[in-house]
Amino acid sequence: MRIGFKGDRLIPGTAFSTRASNPIPSGRYPEGVIDQQTLNRVLTAAMAGGADFAEVFAEDQERNSVNLDDGRIENLASSRDRGAGIRVIAGETTGFAHTADLGEASLLKAAKAAADAAKGGSGNPRAIEVEPVSVTSATIEVRPGDVDKATKVETVQRADQVARDHHKSITQVSANYGDNRRRILVANSDGLLSSDDQTRTNFSVNCVASGDAGLQTGRESIGHTMGFEIFDRYSVEDLATSAAARAVSKLEARPAPSGTHTVVIGPGSGGVLFHEACGHGLEADLIRKGASTFAGRLGKQVASELVTLIDDGTMPGEWGHFAIDDEGQPGARNVLIEDGILVDYMWDSIRAREEGRASTGNGRRQSYRHLPMVRMTNTYLAGGQSDPADIIAGVEQGVYVARLGGGQVNTTSGDFVFGMTEAYLIEDGQITAPLREGQLIGNGPNVLEAIDAIGNDFEMGPPGTCGKDGQGVAVGDGVPTLRVTEMTIGGTAA
Amino acid sequence: MSPDELLAIASRLVDKAEGDEQIEVACSHGVSTSVRVYDGAVESLTQAEDQGIGVRILRGGREGFASAGTLDPDVVDRLLIDARDNASFAEVDPDAGIAEADGVDAVDVDLWREGIFNHSVQDKIDLAIELERRVKTADTRITGVRTATYGDGASAFALASTNGIRASTRATSAGVGVQALADDGGQAQTGYAGDGAREPADIDLDGVVERAVSHAVDLLGSTKPASRKVKLVLDPRLSATVLSVISGTLSGGRVIKGRTPFADRVGETIAHPSLSFGDDPTDPDSLGADSHDGEGLACRRVPLVEEGVLKGYYWDSYTGRRGGTGSTGSAQRGARGLPGPGIHALSVQNGSAGSLDELIAGVDDGVFVFSLAGLHSGVNAVSGDLSLGVEGRIIRNGELAEPIGEATVGSTLQRLLLDIDAIGSDREHLSNGVSTPSLVIGDVMLSGAAA
Repeated sequence: MRIGFKGDRLIPGTAFSTRASNPIPSGRYPEGVIDQQTLNRVLTAAMAGGADFAEVFAEDQERNSVNLDDGRIENLASSRDRGAGIRVIAGETTGFAHTADLGEASLLKAAKAAADAAKGGSGNPRAIEVEPVSVTSATIEVRPGDVDKATKVETVQRADQVARDHHKSITQVSANYGDNRRRILVANSDGLLSSDDQTRTNFSVNCVASGDAGLQTGRESIGHTMGFEIFDRYSVEDLATSAAARAVSKLEARPAPSGTHTVVIGPGSGGVLFHEACGHGLEADLIRKGASTFAGRLGKQVASELVTLIDDGTMPGEWGHFAIDDEGQPGARNVLIEDGILVDYMWDSIRAREEGRASTGNGRRQSYRHLPMVRMTNTYLAGGQSDPADIIAGVEQGVYVARLGGGQVNTTSGDFVFGMTEAYLIEDGQITAPLREGQLIGNGPNVLEAIDAIGNDFEMGPPGTCGKDGQGVAVGDGVPTLRVTEMTIGGTAA
Repeated sequence: MSPDELLAIASRLVDKAEGDEQIEVACSHGVSTSVRVYDGAVESLTQAEDQGIGVRILRGGREGFASAGTLDPDVVDRLLIDARDNASFAEVDPDAGIAEADGVDAVDVDLWREGIFNHSVQDKIDLAIELERRVKTADTRITGVRTATYGDGASAFALASTNGIRASTRATSAGVGVQALADDGGQAQTGYAGDGAREPADIDLDGVVERAVSHAVDLLGSTKPASRKVKLVLDPRLSATVLSVISGTLSGGRVIKGRTPFADRVGETIAHPSLSFGDDPTDPDSLGADSHDGEGLACRRVPLVEEGVLKGYYWDSYTGRRGGTGSTGSAQRGARGLPGPGIHALSVQNGSAGSLDELIAGVDDGVFVFSLAGLHSGVNAVSGDLSLGVEGRIIRNGELAEPIGEATVGSTLQRLLLDIDAIGSDREHLSNGVSTPSLVIGDVMLSGAAA
C-alpha cells in the first residue's frame, strides 16, 4: 500500500532497529575500515573551501530476520549495509553526500561533493586532527549473531503454536523476529572521534480472530537495546497468548462512540499520546521555523501541573537508547516539561550551534544515507500519585484505552490523532464493553491542560518507529495511567 | 551504472548455481539530488549514489534471502553464502520458488527522460527557491514555509534468474514538495502540496503553489464540527489515498491468509455499480507505468473491480502458486527486499458526474476534504475499521462553508466502497502512480463536538 502522510508520525513496533555491544576501544570502528589518518585527510579536504563544520558519519549495519506467517516460515533474511555520509556546513547551508564505498578515494570524492554543495564558506581552510573519545557501548549478554538460526526459527514457531491453541476462533498468526547490529563512527572538524556499537532485538506476534461480525486483530510486540537475552525478560508464550486474547475479546466489540468523552489511558502504550501531543512540537528544528505551537513558550505553563515529561536516551535496554547519538554526542536525560512548565526543547548539534548552546543528544538519522535532525529517544511521562483504580472509578461515562497504536501530529496546528487498538466503555466507574478500533483526536496544548489525574503505575510501552521527513528511527515511550477530561473519539456510533 | 552492467552482475551470480538450486538476483543503482531551501537560501543539498542487491535462493524447497546496500564484489560474493545458510534453516515449502517465465510480452514503456540531465544543480536550487518564494508571496496570511524541496533521480534495475529470466529497466523522476504556514492571530495552519513527474519540465508548479496556499489559508479559523453523518467530497489526490488503502486489501498475500474482508468474494458486488478499478502499468500516461514487475515478469492489466463486482486479486509468483491463479505480474520490491504483491499503477475509471465544483454543488451537508491523518494507525485492513483525522471545509447546500479541524471521519472499508455516491469525470494521472477522478462518499460518521 502506498500511504502518503503530512505530519510526523509514530508507527508501533515495526521491523528492526539497532543493537549495542561490549565496550570497544574508540576509533576502531567500523573495524578499522577508516583509520584515524584517513579521517583527518577527509575532514581537511571537506574544510578546504573554508566551511564552518564538517563531519564523517560511517555506519555498518547487519540485520537478521525470521518471519512466520500462515503456519509457515516465510523467509529468513539477512542484510548488510555499510557506508559513510559526509556533511559540510557553511553558513546556513548544509552540503551532504554519501557513499557505499569506504575507500579513501570515495570518501574524498564525497567530501568534495558535500563541500561543493555547501558552496565553500567564509573561514580559513585548516588541517583537522581528530582525537578519539572513550565511549562505553551498551553491554550485550547474548549476541544475536552467536545464536543459532534454528533457535530463532523455533522461537517464532512456538509463538504460532501457542496463539493457535489459545482459542478456536484464532484463524491466522504471524510471528516475526529481528535483530540488528549497528556500528557507527562519527568524526568532525571540532576534532571529535567517537563510536558506538548498538544492538537491538525485537519480536512480535499478530493474530486474527474470526467471528460472526467479521475479523479482528490482536498484537503484542517487544523491542530492546539488548541481545537474545530479551527472551529471559519476556515469555514468548505469554506474548502469544496476550495477542490472541486481544483479538478474541474484540470479536464482541461494539462500534466506538463518536463525539467528546472523558478518556482514561492505560499504562505503557499511552506514551504515544505525548509523542504526538507535544513530543514533535518540542523538537528545536520545528521551533526555529515557527512550525510548532510550542514556539516562544519556554518558562510558561503548557500543561496541567501534574505533567512532567522527560526524553531520556540513557535508559539502559530501552528501544530508543544509545551511548552516542548520530552526531557523536552522548545520550542524555532531558526534562522537557516540569510540573506543567515548559523547561526546554530537544536539540541536535546544528540547531544548538546556531543558538550557542549545547546539543541535548537528540541528533539522529535513519542511516548514513540521511542527514541527522532533531529526534526523540525514550519519551515518557513521570509517574503520579493516584491509584489507577480510583482514576477509572471517578468516571461516570467515558472510554478506557488499554492499548494505543501509532499516531500522527500536525505540529503547526497542534492537532494529533492516535489509534486505539484495545479499548472499553467506562460506565458508572466500571470498565465494561469492548470497543472496535478507532482513533482519538485532540489538540496538543488543549489535551495537556485537560489531564486531571496521573497514576502511580508507570510502564514503558512497546517499541516504535518514529517517522519524520521520511526517516524512521527507533523510539521508546511510556506513561502511567492518566485521565483526560475531554477528547474526541472517532467512532462510528452516534 | 547502466541496466546492462547491472544485468551482468546479476547474471554472474546466477551462473554460480549448484545442482538444482534456483537463484534470483536483483540489482539496482541510482543517483539522486535533493535540495531543501529555507528563507531563500539552501538549507541542505544532498548528492547521493545508491546501490542495492538481493539474492534469493531455493534449495530443496527451502528459501533463503540475503541483501546488501553495496555492489562491492567482496560483499556481493558473501550474499550467496548467507542466502544458502538462511535457506538451510527454512522449512520446506512446496510453493516456494522464484518466478517462471509465462510468455507474456512486456509492453515497452519509456520511463527515461534525458531532459533531467539538462538541469544544473543551480537550476534545481533555483526551482526550490522559486517555489518557496511563490508560496510566501501568494497571500498575506502566509507567514512562512516550513520546508520547500526539490528532488530528482535516475535509477536502473536488473534481474536475472536460473529460470532464464533477464529483465532490466531504467527510469528518471523529479518532484517538489512544499509546506506552507498560515496564521491570522488564531490557531496556525499548514498546507502541504507536492507533485512529481519523469522530468522537471512536467512538474505542475502552479498547482502545487495553489494547493499548498489554499489548504493552509482556507483552514484558518477552523473549528470542531458537530458530530453527524455527512458526505465526503474527495479530490483526485484524496481519492487516490483512500482507494490505495482499499486496493491494498485485495492483495493475493492477504487473501490466502484470510487477512482481508474481501477474501473469497470474487463475483460478488462489493462496490457501487458505477465504480471500476484495477492495476494498469501498461498505460504509458500513468506515472506508475512499468514494463516488468519485481520478479522480472511482464507487467499487465489486472482488473480488480468492474461495475462494482469483485473480479479478482493481484498476485506475485509465490502467492499466485498458493492461490492457484499464478502471478499477475504484480510483484513489487526494491533490490534489497523480497518481492511481494503490490499495485503499480492503480487506475480508476472516469465517472460522469462532472468537475469537482459540480460534485460539491450536489452535496447538501458534507466535508470537502483537505487532508486525512493517521492512515497507518486508523485503518485496520483486516477488520476494515476506518477512523481518520480530517481537515477541510464544510459543504452546506452545495456551497463551501466554514473550515473544520480536530475531527475524525469513521466508516469501514467495506462500506466506503458501497457508499460511493458520485464519481467525477475529472480523472488525473497523479505523481504517486494512481489515476483517478474525484469521488463523493456518503454516510460517513463525522466525529467532533457533541452532536
